Amino acid sequence: MTESKEVTLEELVGEIESGMTIGIGGWGSRRKPMALVRALLNSDVKNLTVVSYGGPDVGLLVNAGKVAKVICGFVTLDSIALDPLWRAARQQGSVELVEIDEGMFFLGLQAAAWRVPFLPSRAGLGSSVVENTPAFKTITNPYSDGPFAQAGDEDAELVAVPALPLDVAIVHVNVADQIGNGMILAPDPFFDDLFLGAATRRLVTTEQIVAPGTLAEYGPIERATIHRLLTDKIAVTPNGAHFTANEPDYKRDEAFQKLYATSAKDEESWNVFAERFLSGDEAAYQQAVRQWRDEQ
Amino acid sequence: MSEAVLADICVVACADTWHSCGEIMVSPFGSIPALGARIAKATFSPDIVLTDGEAALSYGVQPLTARPSELIRESYVPYKAIFAVVWSGRRHIMMMASQVDKFGNQNISAIGPHDKPKAQLVGVRGAPGNSVNHPTSYWVPDHNTRSFVDHVDVVCGVGNDRAASAGVGATRFHDLRRVISNLGVFDFSGPDGSMAVVSLHPGVSADDVTANTSFEIAGLNGDVAVTRQPTADEQAMIDDLDPKGARLKEVPST
Repeated sequence: MTESKEVTLEELVGEIESGMTIGIGGWGSRRKPMALVRALLNSDVKNLTVVSYGGPDVGLLVNAGKVAKVICGFVTLDSIALDPLWRAARQQGSVELVEIDEGMFFLGLQAAAWRVPFLPSRAGLGSSVVENTPAFKTITNPYSDGPFAQAGDEDAELVAVPALPLDVAIVHVNVADQIGNGMILAPDPFFDDLFLGAATRRLVTTEQIVAPGTLAEYGPIERATIHRLLTDKIAVTPNGAHFTANEPDYKRDEAFQKLYATSAKDEESWNVFAERFLSGDEAAYQQAVRQWRDEQ
Repeated sequence: MSEAVLADICVVACADTWHSCGEIMVSPFGSIPALGARIAKATFSPDIVLTDGEAALSYGVQPLTARPSELIRESYVPYKAIFAVVWSGRRHIMMMASQVDKFGNQNISAIGPHDKPKAQLVGVRGAPGNSVNHPTSYWVPDHNTRSFVDHVDVVCGVGNDRAASAGVGATRFHDLRRVISNLGVFDFSGPDGSMAVVSLHPGVSADDVTANTSFEIAGLNGDVAVTRQPTADEQAMIDDLDPKGARLKEVPST
């Protein structure tokens, strides 16, 4: 009998330590592991390097003083162009940013997942991305002559996108089984498999957990892309991507996201928001959201 | 026929950017480019593919106001597949530009110093990779000396001068096409791949452009073409595709 990987949310957050490089799955304000992000806000963890196709996960962690460095190409709420907590942190100069092209980001995760030191890319050439982070190197096409040479790229300099290995990755799925297979029914699996593949500690939260061997009852098995060779521990967090989108379970909570974004614009209203929604545990958060919704 | 409003002139100017482009993905940013792409697909460039904004290609031509449930999805293109399209070159994007310079360098990342910007913008996104892999155009709804600048603060989309400096790896598939603003249509046929005027929108003078641009645009001294009007069919389509007038918020009529 294969051992269960199911743990509590508290045990999951205990896997994340100060100083770690953490990759966060999802994209913008879509299918973010927000329950785990909220648990991190209330932990002692600090000094993180966050690697994310950024959404409110980045805004919240940066605002809470948990983050030393962010590697990303954007921090967006999708229906709101820019996360206001991120905007404020950037304009105060309070967080280090390694700004990276979205495609370079993909290649960096892929390189780490494949255990190669870099992958070549045109993306980045000529842009400020490579100037603002002088540690990025270029490589000269080694196939400029010989039988594998292709016309047009002789002696081309390409960006050698470095592998982006992660100490820990966190992703959120729609359904998972106890032994650590996950199914993403939301429209886009994004790069969650690569975040997990790039990481040493691989953590998953899920809307619901089911018996091993039954995932095909919940959706096409082709959607079970988070196979158990990619995962270590898993916790059930119903509505755990709220307020980001996690279809088909739920759409983005646009009204709540608007409240978040509006509250984030000044300290006083942010303190009211944080006290009401972010001062307790995940159950308290979900209860506070239900109560807020009833008032609307 | 009465003259179209400025927003509708801009819509067909965007559409013309994709004239006879064949079977490629068109990725428009902004309401006016989004309408232009739909007009092009509905008329002279029927093989264009458009996404549904999530993870699918959207079949046919749908209004801007269409809900996801109303779209017919013709195939599945999650972000991983989008990058494959980007790197194949079968795409022409029209991004917005908070700043654009004489050689087509574009900034959507930040205004001011990168470590502590005066204004944080959306971020570099996929602009570096887009601009060196497939045809790229820009849409600037507010043409002024703060958007058409001497030097952009952060180079996101790569201009002709910077691509040339980076070498053949950058230039091989680099292909800047058009910049469309609320004043006119521009390309990069000027000296050394610099910006040149293609046409000015009706009622706009060369002096208007000069006064609102921080650098010299080639071709403004001679006879300058006037951007065309929408045809009657195009005008009807624009009204159908944008019943709530999102385009008029992007470019108000003066």
